[in-house]
Amino acid sequence: MHAQVLPLTDDPLVIAGRSYRSRLLTGTGKYRDLDETRRATEAAGAEIVTVAIRRTNIGQDPNQPNLLDVLPPERYTILPNTAGCYTAEDAVRTCRLARELLDGHRLVKLEVLGDQKTLFPDVVQTLKAAEQLVAEGFQVMVYTSDDPILARRLEEIGCVAVMPLAAPIGSGLGIQNRYNLLEIVENAKVPVLVDAGVGTASDAAIAMELGCDGVLMNTAIAGARDPVLMAHAMKLAVEAGRAAFRAGRIPRKRYASASSPLDGII
Amino acid sequence: MQILLNGNPRECADGTTVALLLEEAGYGGRRVAVEVNREIVPRSLHTKYVLAENDRVEIVHAIGGG
Repeated sequence: MHAQVLPLTDDPLVIAGRSYRSRLLTGTGKYRDLDETRRATEAAGAEIVTVAIRRTNIGQDPNQPNLLDVLPPERYTILPNTAGCYTAEDAVRTCRLARELLDGHRLVKLEVLGDQKTLFPDVVQTLKAAEQLVAEGFQVMVYTSDDPILARRLEEIGCVAVMPLAAPIGSGLGIQNRYNLLEIVENAKVPVLVDAGVGTASDAAIAMELGCDGVLMNTAIAGARDPVLMAHAMKLAVEAGRAAFRAGRIPRKRYASASSPLDGII
Repeated sequence: MQILLNGNPRECADGTTVALLLEEAGYGGRRVAVEVNREIVPRSLHTKYVLAENDRVEIVHAIGGG
């Protein structure tokens, strides 16, 4: 007799009505060059990749390869971010530019930062921007602090995914407040993704074991000594953590419990 | 006339359209988005939109980011 197992493959991540096989979303910053960006993105198995919207360098050869040439929007879901924005107004402006740039694309990653030292989100400006963007028809994946009440407010506003930090952006400190994340996950009806703070594969696995729907990371991969190998490690960690979450871990107990039967001991 | 392109002064001929500016700056046919005086100029209007003295023009694209 075979034990009934949950399907291993039919477990898509659904964001704004679209299904993805991969639960690892990756950033495209800090790589040595576009070829490394492409190879790491492929090794991560990412289907959603974040990009930043910036002024072109006037005078520089415009025929140099472009990020969207190596990560074509036909193959990847491009997630433009509002990184570097410190006000709701700037974030909304950036999203409008991204929508024009990507031919009416509505999915955006909203982040409104509070200060340069911590890069913690300015939650007041984030709420304001989220309201405006939802009203303008954007599908907002929102970077936020690990505050369960705020996460609920952002969901109520109409954000399509809530993305609490695990630790400060680029810090690699890992999951700092797992009980807050757990509370956010248990309350949410939209996907919850850990965005920021992951340092290594076990951090990503912990996020997934808590029940997070996905993990978004950039520095942990791009900053590793071997980014392509770390991308592969993160892919495995996210898959392993997700499978462990679905499988249901054993409870923690203080004392031992023998794995071999006690009957028939000679 | 003078305009401000991505924060820097730039001379261009009277009657220059957004499409012509993009061509001159080397962005013809490239995937970029354009804003004039903080308002988006949709791609469909690039050939019609005529720039004026002191217009603040932004040309943006997607680059690596997290």
